[in-house]
Amino acid sequence: MDLTLKIWRQPDASQKGRFVDYQVQNISADASFLEMLDILNERLVIEGEDPVAFDHDCREGICGACSLYINGRPHGPDKGITTCQMHMRRFKDGETIVIEPWRARPFPVIKDLMVDRTAFDEIIRAGGYVSINTGGVPDANAIPIPKRDADTAMDAASCIGCGACVAACKNASAMLFVSAKVSQFAVLPQGKVEARERVQNMVAKMDELGFGNCTNTYACEAECPKEISVSHIARMNREFLSSKVVSEKTK
Amino acid sequence: MSKSAFSYSSIAKKIVMSLAGLFLTSFLVVHLIINLLILFDDSRELFNQAAHFMATNALIQVFQYVLFFGFILHIILGLILQIQNWVARPIRYEKKGFSELSYFSKFMIHTGAIIFIFLIIHFVNFFIKAKFGHIEPITYASGTYEDLGLLIVKLFEDGGYVIFYVISILLLGFHLDHGFQSAFQSLGLNHSRYTPFIKAFGTIFSIALTLGFITIPLVIYFS
Ligand code: HEM
Ligand code: FES
Repeated sequence: MDLTLKIWRQPDASQKGRFVDYQVQNISADASFLEMLDILNERLVIEGEDPVAFDHDCREGICGACSLYINGRPHGPDKGITTCQMHMRRFKDGETIVIEPWRARPFPVIKDLMVDRTAFDEIIRAGGYVSINTGGVPDANAIPIPKRDADTAMDAASCIGCGACVAACKNASAMLFVSAKVSQFAVLPQGKVEARERVQNMVAKMDELGFGNCTNTYACEAECPKEISVSHIARMNREFLSSKVVSEKTK
Repeated sequence: MSKSAFSYSSIAKKIVMSLAGLFLTSFLVVHLIINLLILFDDSRELFNQAAHFMATNALIQVFQYVLFFGFILHIILGLILQIQNWVARPIRYEKKGFSELSYFSKFMIHTGAIIFIFLIIHFVNFFIKAKFGHIEPITYASGTYEDLGLLIVKLFEDGGYVIFYVISILLLGFHLDHGFQSAFQSLGLNHSRYTPFIKAFGTIFSIALTLGFITIPLVIYFS
């Protein structure tokens, strides 16, 4: 298939970016979207031009590195998959495809389609962990956990931190990401110990970094490659409210 | 430690906003019920009686201030929220996304802004006149009341005003369609069993409320 690509090119965060049109020919419908970009880049290198920078790592849909806002949707037109899992058969011959980086103030462009998602790491650093400082490895079944809770935690933990929720949200809100990271601990006994501080610190960090406020548009759930539910956002709101109401003043 | 309204956490703002929004919604229900009384009898007796009660009952008078405060809170928080949300995405997308699952969520600030303009005009037309202006009294067997009903009938005989009123109420309905279920989600009330019910109820409620409010000017204008 032959396609026109309208790609955002930007040398670095300090310089202005712009869209550049590229034509690609004879792309197999069975090629993945990233392979299609590889083909473009090979040609650009041969022609002595600067190849298009984009994030990718596993190309198996599990690492969360790949991104790309394709024709108005993060990770392109398919539901429940990452960009690396999408194939060119999803597009029509002759189509123009607009490819943009994630757009959010806390995600500055590094180069072209690559953005800096360190902000997510900072949120994790603010409380997205369980501190276990003593003792040996406990027996796996030492603490009984209801199947339902284990499943809920596992669903939340399937978040790969790609940032599609932020990219899809009209407010550039990170609530789905943060709520998944809060929820995966909130429903488990191991996470309950630090639950109050965790939710407060992670939300405070999220706000401080400049992500937008959630207005319950649910675009995040629609675009999440792991189909994480907005019910986690409600759980985080609950956790946050109750932690604020019951926690003692910090000394 | 001093805190500006901008520095409250995103979740705290949404919780306050949702409570204010739900309170405003409950007020709309009361308001609609009283309005509908005007269609009840041609002499407007029932309506004027109800309006008289609302204007004189002590509890209602207190709630008037609560309501005013609720509006201010909801509007100011809504504005702050929206400004922060615009700032959070300095460069817009070339190709706009439409992935929202709650469609009217995209237009809350726009529908809100029109409701706000409507509120001001509404305030000038009814509230200020009813509270501070002189309104002709009318005498029924049950007593003498200010004929607020006549003021409404007169206004709704103006086609331009009716169109403006109907459009504003429609937008209020859109605002509520998203707002109702959104408020529950903001408060953390999401449940696999009840959330589908809340969403359906919110939509039916918004349609019913909109139709209720719109019926009144249409009936008066066309009769
Ligand atoms: C009778 C009038 C109004 C009612 C009943 C109402 C009701 C609501 C409700 C229930 C919500 C959802 C709250 C939440 O999830 O936290 C909401 C959100 C919102 N309202 Fe209103 N509102 C009214 C007037 C206004 C006005 C005058 C404005 C602005 C100028 C406004 C702007 C907003 C905004 C920006 C949101 C945020 C969107 C969101 O969080 O989903 N509203 N409203
Ligand atoms: S490259 Fe790892 S998820 Fe796409």
